[in-house]
Amino acid sequence: MTKLLSALLLAAALIPAQAATLQADKSDLSFTFKQMGVPVDGKFKKFEAQLDFDAKKPEAGKIAFTVDLGSVSLGDASFDAEVAKAPWFDTKRNGKATFVSSGIKATGPNKYDVAGKLTIKGAVRDVVVPITLANGVASGAVPIKRLDFKIGDGEWADTSVVANDVTVKFKLAFAGI
Amino acid sequence: MSTATRYTPVAIVLHWLMALAIIGAFGVGLYMADLPFSMTRLKLYNWHKWAGVTILALAAVRLLWRLTHRPPAALPMPAWQASAAHATHNLLYVTFFAVPLLGWAYSSAAGFPIVWFGVLPLPDFVPKDKALADALKELHKFAAYGLALLVLAHVAGALKHRFIDRDGLMARMSLRRS
Repeated sequence: MTKLLSALLLAAALIPAQAATLQADKSDLSFTFKQMGVPVDGKFKKFEAQLDFDAKKPEAGKIAFTVDLGSVSLGDASFDAEVAKAPWFDTKRNGKATFVSSGIKATGPNKYDVAGKLTIKGAVRDVVVPITLANGVASGAVPIKRLDFKIGDGEWADTSVVANDVTVKFKLAFAGI
Repeated sequence: MSTATRYTPVAIVLHWLMALAIIGAFGVGLYMADLPFSMTRLKLYNWHKWAGVTILALAAVRLLWRLTHRPPAALPMPAWQASAAHATHNLLYVTFFAVPLLGWAYSSAAGFPIVWFGVLPLPDFVPKDKALADALKELHKFAAYGLALLVLAHVAGALKHRFIDRDGLMARMSLRRS
């Protein structure tokens, strides 16, 4: 009994008071880019997020985000095989991409700017992600430049074939917020 | 009754533009289909699609022109040859539309909408669907081989008139005025 109680207490102590858990089945992480003018959509099937947030004190909030780059899908087998290779995600050496927030600022009702560091393939960039957070769902889109992260290196750096601009879109559903 | 012995300049230019575009698109299509994923493959696929849509547009203009302008009178030849030539021409017009339209549908079904010359996005008239894409790919290929065979028959017929009959038939479609 004491053992069980102490285990429960320990478990409770490990979970921060306002931490929310990601509901993967209700969340989406996708991106869009252009290939010779043709829009191509892709998505990541595996990602994790930790959100520690209180709407009364948004500036104290924290978001950490990890994407399994190997879970990428462009909806076409030949594209998927290609994008895992070294010039693109190089998933053998770079399994994960991460985003760690450094500051959250309220910009309107349910709207926030989340500043933080985005790391992909060893390259780190400061980004500001505008999000809408309502009913436990954080959604938004952020434009990034793929070449900032050497995604599509070598001959693929030619942006006339694959555009540099990539829009990353997300919808993250959290329980316990 | 028109006594023209040549096609109109517009018809002649359309004929040769389409001849170039069709031979080019067919050659690129044959070559690109077996390429492994690469930048070259990606570029060729897009060029092939742009050429295909261009052929479709030229075919539409050409059909309208043909329907509103009288071709030169038929040259004397055996009835079966006239029928064969007529059937070949009709089937060529069918494939001018069928091959690009099937390619367009295949591209849409495969999930890659066509953006003509990288500028003009074309609508998708079929949904993205793997099974449909596989079927349309085969139909596109089949129709393209059909078009190639018709072109061969057409060229063989023209050469027969040029070198065997020597009846001046080819001059009617020549870019140079005789």
